[in-house]
Amino acid sequence: MSAKAFAGMFPVLLGTILLVSLVVTSIPVSWYASLFRGNEYVNSVIGSLLGSVSAGNPIVSYIIGGELLERGVSITAVTAFLVAWVTVGLVQLPAEIAILGKRFALYRNGLAFIASIAVAMIIMALMRVLSYA
Amino acid sequence: MHNKFSPRRISASWYYLITVVLFYIGLFIFVSDRSTAAFGLFIEILLKMLPVFAFVFALMVLSNYYISSAFIMKHLERKGARKWLYAIIGGVLATGPAYMWYPLVADLRKKGLSDGLTACFLYNWAIKLPLLPVAVYYFGIQFVVLLMIVMIAISIVQGMTLNAIVK
Repeated sequence: MSAKAFAGMFPVLLGTILLVSLVVTSIPVSWYASLFRGNEYVNSVIGSLLGSVSAGNPIVSYIIGGELLERGVSITAVTAFLVAWVTVGLVQLPAEIAILGKRFALYRNGLAFIASIAVAMIIMALMRVLSYA
Repeated sequence: MHNKFSPRRISASWYYLITVVLFYIGLFIFVSDRSTAAFGLFIEILLKMLPVFAFVFALMVLSNYYISSAFIMKHLERKGARKWLYAIIGGVLATGPAYMWYPLVADLRKKGLSDGLTACFLYNWAIKLPLLPVAVYYFGIQFVVLLMIVMIAISIVQGMTLNAIVK
């Protein structure tokens, strides 16, 4: 099963690295700075929104998040992006509603969106505390 | 359930890669310098990531061999405060796409699993142990450990909040 799962994942990884490489070499660093130019709260909301509408294997979000970080995007925004990617599922929402119920799915995804921002804020605070220690 | 989804996912994955490669070829014809630079970066990232991919594959083999879905579901049915612990551990150990777990979790909800525990389980599914080497590679061990701890804590808060809302 693992070999099959990995075989299914590998083309997606290759395709994603290809696309990320294209985006990174095509879009100037200043564009990322302009997208995430608000304060840490606004940046984390933008990161969460981007993560919520994205879908795919978590490993893909690590690759994109890592490249964003290298392009100067803050760790708070990247954390919100990573957490929302794996906990908020707008793409899977119809399936979740159909199987687990509309009320549950909407509440769960709404709370997960808020939680992704909260996680980013907590991580930022903890990283600051640890850097001073 | 898993077998039903796997072949579709695999073929869709290859279609995705083929589409991206065709896009690159098209781009090379019209803007060759841009696609050449992008392909150079692709090779650079891929070479750095290959050892990590090998490690991830080994971890996936081990987790799939030792942890079954029946084992996880059995522990989610337990009573008392420990059920939160089992929801967390079950979510962390759960492999495969999240939607694969929806029918199994829906079945447990019919048997009395609360909305909060269900949400807690699905939240912790996001923590993928076999993929952690990639996360560590990009963000460092300190960040990844902090993220795991905070996400686990938040999963309980989220579950309890959901229970309070739907009461």
